[in-house]
Amino acid sequence: MKNILVLFSHPKFEKSRANAILVDKIKDKNGVTFHDLYERYPDFNIDVDAEKALMSAHDIIIFHHPFYWYSCPPLMKQWIDMVLEFGWAYGPNGRALQGKKCLNVITTGGSKAMYCENGINCYSINDFLRPFQQTANLCGMQYFPPFAVMGTHKIEDQQLHDFANQYDKLIDLLHQDIALPEVSEFSFFNDIPQLNR
Amino acid sequence: MTGSILFEAIVFLLGAIICVSIAKRLGLSSVLGYLIAGVLIGPYVLGFIGKEGEDILHFAEFGVVMMLFLIGLEIEPKNFWKMRKTILGMGGIQVAGTMLLSYFLFILVGFDWKVALTFSMAVALSSTAIALQTIKEKGLLNTTFGASSFSILLFQDIIVIFMLGALPLLANTDKPAVENSGEHANLLQNLPLGLQTLAILVSVVTIIVAGRYLIVPLLRKVAKTGVRELLIAAALLIVFGISFLMELVGLSPALGAFLGGVVLSNSEFKHELESTLEPFKNLLLGLFFMAVGASINFIVIAKSPLIVGGILVAVIFLKGLVLFITGSAFKLKLNQKLLLTCSLAQIGEFAFVLLSFAFSLNIIEQDQMDIMLVVTALTMTVTPVIGIINERVLLPRLGTKESIKRPMDHIAKSQKVILVGFGHFGSTIGRFLRTHGVEATILDHDANRVDFLRKMGFEVYYGDATRTDLLESAGIAEANILICAMDNPEVVKKLAKTVKSKYPKVKLMVRAKNRYAAYEFLNMDIDHIYRESLETSLKLASEVLSQMGFRRYTLQRQVQNFIKYDEDSLRRLAKEKKIGDENYIFKARKELEQQEKLLERDFERGVVGFDSHWDGEQIRAFLEDAKE
Repeated sequence: MKNILVLFSHPKFEKSRANAILVDKIKDKNGVTFHDLYERYPDFNIDVDAEKALMSAHDIIIFHHPFYWYSCPPLMKQWIDMVLEFGWAYGPNGRALQGKKCLNVITTGGSKAMYCENGINCYSINDFLRPFQQTANLCGMQYFPPFAVMGTHKIEDQQLHDFANQYDKLIDLLHQDIALPEVSEFSFFNDIPQLNR
Repeated sequence: MTGSILFEAIVFLLGAIICVSIAKRLGLSSVLGYLIAGVLIGPYVLGFIGKEGEDILHFAEFGVVMMLFLIGLEIEPKNFWKMRKTILGMGGIQVAGTMLLSYFLFILVGFDWKVALTFSMAVALSSTAIALQTIKEKGLLNTTFGASSFSILLFQDIIVIFMLGALPLLANTDKPAVENSGEHANLLQNLPLGLQTLAILVSVVTIIVAGRYLIVPLLRKVAKTGVRELLIAAALLIVFGISFLMELVGLSPALGAFLGGVVLSNSEFKHELESTLEPFKNLLLGLFFMAVGASINFIVIAKSPLIVGGILVAVIFLKGLVLFITGSAFKLKLNQKLLLTCSLAQIGEFAFVLLSFAFSLNIIEQDQMDIMLVVTALTMTVTPVIGIINERVLLPRLGTKESIKRPMDHIAKSQKVILVGFGHFGSTIGRFLRTHGVEATILDHDANRVDFLRKMGFEVYYGDATRTDLLESAGIAEANILICAMDNPEVVKKLAKTVKSKYPKVKLMVRAKNRYAAYEFLNMDIDHIYRESLETSLKLASEVLSQMGFRRYTLQRQVQNFIKYDEDSLRRLAKEKKIGDENYIFKARKELEQQEKLLERDFERGVVGFDSHWDGEQIRAFLEDAKE
């Protein structure tokens, strides 16, 4: 079974209905390390050595965060800035993350329809996530399509639970080491047939 | 044999020690132990205490007076208001239902309607002493059952005032009132009935007014002297004073004490009074239970066993039935209903008061009173046994044993923070907690400050927090976190030691005056230590550097790193040298030694290295290398 590290960053987790339901479903699963960044580093003072050790101990990294201003919350970016060091994550001797898998799990207030050429946001989620994709590439990691829970402003609790169940299944698939080619044709992890049976 | 007071005291104490410890060993409540001790040493078994017919209860009534004062202290008017629905609803149903049913029972037995009404009043009341003592002993006060019992008892405590007020209206005015053998110096005996009722109301108002405008200022004066015995004396004076006033107007001292307690429950002396009176109360209450046991008049039982037995069974059944219905009306679970039924099915100590008052008013005859007194004492003895049967036999079969699961709201209610020390350090903590809706129970030993802060709306209590009894009454048993924020490290140490050894479940968060105090706390295995000077001095130092041109964010990160480094070295040094309780000079020398060591280590570490994040230097160097 592959080890999964969920890097969760939410500056106001206590007020997030969607993330409460999603996190609740997966945080105590076997083979999952749930790492609540805002709880661990309220002062943004990231313990780089500890984070590196954590990364090395896991095969799959999930960046789980709400989608703020078309990106992640600031602590997530702080984490990326500080932990993915030159000479460790990338650069001439930076091979620590080679071959690991990663993906974004995000929640957005706006619906899927808003994220397209004709929508209010003009670009797709995949367009906005390019920096993450390329960060993964530079570190030699495989970047999987994102799992997105969209339109959370209007979503019903029941639908959120359905999403949480999908998230749960997704974790199981990752545990079983699902290969990138199986999912790379989909824009969202949500769309793969295994999650929609 | 009963001549000497010392001898009586020895008998009571010995009886209590032997019977209660046996009861406790058997897992029974202490109340039952006291009652049995009373029966044994009483006039009909061993005959150590009291001549037949003598009213020993009068002697021990003070335990109930104190208990009611203490119960009053625990009931703040605002909590009272919150509970009004359960108090009025459950209490109302219970009292009205029991009175109605028992009235018909006594009419059926053939008593006059006035007698039946008086009896039904007495029967409606349960024993606060027994029920609350038992509930507290089992730690069930925070359950639905505990809260319901409390509400009902409270309603009874209040309604009894009206009952006592109403009794004179039932009095037979054609017969002269029986002189109560000079025991009561009752000023009002010769007044018309309407005026008596008025006098009762006036005395109640007097207590409320005096509590606020006389007793609290008096306590403040006493507290300022800083002499502890004076506070104990003052506490006793309050209770004695109220009792005297009540007896003067022919009312039960217990009621007055209860009222006095409620009036004082809002004052800053609540906890101090509680912890001062608690030991007195416990002993006297024990005495009271023993007196109840001793007062069981076996001659009356022998004379009319059928009547006594019949009434006993009927009363317990009837009270239990009404309680069960009350529980159902308020949707209690079955196990909670059964507990409620068993815990409140006895007739309470107020019956003694009501019955003797009614007797002095000529409403009931001597032999009628005797029978009811015996029945009352018997119900008190029998219901704890029924309670045990319920717990040991009935509840396990239901598969719903209490204490398996507490509903969430009770857990939230019992989340508790105690903040000790409300000086500059503690008050900031208190204010910040308060902005988050967390009202810590605050203890402070400065009476002036307590007074001032209370005026600002804080809930602050006066007292020396290193005393276990004060901590106990501040609710440390249910507390989750205790914050030691006092100024004097020695006092903090003493408190931390006490809490750590006696209440290991409470999380300790400790203010450390300085590095040296921190070492000592670390050696006591306390994890949460907050050095008051560390962050402030680093803040100042980084401001200095900023004034000199260093960038603020980098400094901020350096401060964070320095704190981490300093905490680590603190823990390492604490391990290296265990520091005991040496005298001060020796301590100071050691402190210097460690300061030296610290500076040495800083030096070894060199000028603090700036971290490489957001720093292109490495990459530029790499690119340079690649070019060459």
